Amino acid sequence: MIQVKKLNKWFGKLHVLKDVDISVKEKEVVVIIGASGSGKSTLLRCINFLERAQKGQIFIEGKEVKPKGKDLHLIRQDVGMVFQHFNLFPHKTVLQNVIEGPTQVKKMPMSQAKELGHELLKKVGLEDKANSYPSMISGGQKQRVAIARALAMQPKVLLFDEPTSALDPELVGEVLVVMDDLAKEGMTMVVVTHEMWFAKEAADRVIYMDAGRIIEEGTPEKIFSKPENERTQAFLKQIL
Amino acid sequence: MIDIPWDFTVIPSYFPRFYGAAWLTLQITVLGILLGLVLGLITALMRISRSKIIQGPALFYIWIIRGTPLLLQLFIIYFGLVEFVDIPRLTSAVIGLGVHNGAYMAEIFRGAIQSIDRGQKEAAYSLGMTKTKAMRRIILPQAFKRSVPPLGNQFIIALKDSSLASAVSVRELLLTARQIGSSTMMMLEMFVVVGVYYLLMTSVLTVLVGKLEKRLKVSDRRS
Ligand SMILES: Nc1ncnc2c1ncn2[C@@H]1O[C@H](COP(=O)(O)OP(=O)(O)OP(=O)(O)O)[C@@H](O)[C@H]1O
Ligand SMILES: [Mg+2]
Repeated sequence: MIQVKKLNKWFGKLHVLKDVDISVKEKEVVVIIGASGSGKSTLLRCINFLERAQKGQIFIEGKEVKPKGKDLHLIRQDVGMVFQHFNLFPHKTVLQNVIEGPTQVKKMPMSQAKELGHELLKKVGLEDKANSYPSMISGGQKQRVAIARALAMQPKVLLFDEPTSALDPELVGEVLVVMDDLAKEGMTMVVVTHEMWFAKEAADRVIYMDAGRIIEEGTPEKIFSKPENERTQAFLKQIL
Repeated sequence: MIDIPWDFTVIPSYFPRFYGAAWLTLQITVLGILLGLVLGLITALMRISRSKIIQGPALFYIWIIRGTPLLLQLFIIYFGLVEFVDIPRLTSAVIGLGVHNGAYMAEIFRGAIQSIDRGQKEAAYSLGMTKTKAMRRIILPQAFKRSVPPLGNQFIIALKDSSLASAVSVRELLLTARQIGSSTMMMLEMFVVVGVYYLLMTSVLTVLVGKLEKRLKVSDRRS
């Protein structure tokens, strides 16, 4: 599905990603953990071409994506993203947020898009909020709308960048449950999160990043109960 | 009794004589603002372009307009256009006011566009939107809302600045006051009359902009 080979990214002189290799298979759920500043967000943003890596290759469904191409927006239609701060469109209602992609990008007819929108809102448990504005709903609800909005493009893979870290603790659960359901339905997902419950429940693989490198990866059982690398051990001790 | 040379009791009776001039002031202002909005938006979009070639003319335009007096700009357009190309004086005043306001409005739009959280653009891109589409559907609608208060301010400035058109022989409020004033020997009284006109118009404009602001309720800041 996605292959990242020897990806390197600098911000000025700061070397943020160092020879990162990742491959994500179809229907796989990969969780990325790591200390603040280790490059997790940057990696996701490079996969979605919101940032451009200076070196390395990214393949999506076997085809290499060249960052120069004018067709980046076409690639992004297949790679959905859910952001830490939701980034809902404040001037649009919940339903309008969800159908913006299908109607504007895919040219789906309005009636069909609305049907899809309601269906997705139902799926994330927010059918009754269709006509609310983002400013009128809670953080957990916002993030569920953002997930519905990303799903509306029927992406091949969904990237999540700390989707629950901006939420009050009591709102985290409702978002994780939606994500877990998606994982069980066979959605391909790459998730940056420190929510152990989600990682243990849904992840096929956990990747530990440190200072721009992938230090260790494996099944959740392996990473959480018997990590080999001492930096992984130290990090897990901190967050558990 | 001291003989006061002014007679303010005549003021009410002179009001109707300014209807035409007030209408002209309104026309110059509204048309000037409309032209300014169009130029302002185009210039703002050029200004935020990454290409230096597109940015250049926008920067140059803003630099010239903000660095020279409006009265001078009006003279240059008047003597450049009316004398040589033979366009109506009113048109040249509208162009002058519009070109002048365009530079200021460009900066207002640019500020508003750049104040929109970059997450908005990223969310739009992540749905597969092109740059143009993201700008049109996501950024500009939010930026327009945020532009309303400073634009309202600029509209009021434009209304007052329209009085400078009197210097290029457009018979708007101020020039009319001078003409009636000198023929009736009641200069000060006539200035008071047009002062009241300006106050009325700026007050109405202020209320209108305030209402618009409320309707757009700039409450939904961040999501
Ligand atoms: N746009 C940018 N310009 C310059 N430096 C940046 C930029 N974005 C990120 N960085 C730097 O790159 C490094 C990696 O940042 P990144 O956001 O990818 O880390 P992260 O693992 O997601 O951390 P966190 O857990 O805090 O979100 C950090 O040192 C950060 O300061
Ligand atoms: Mg991050």
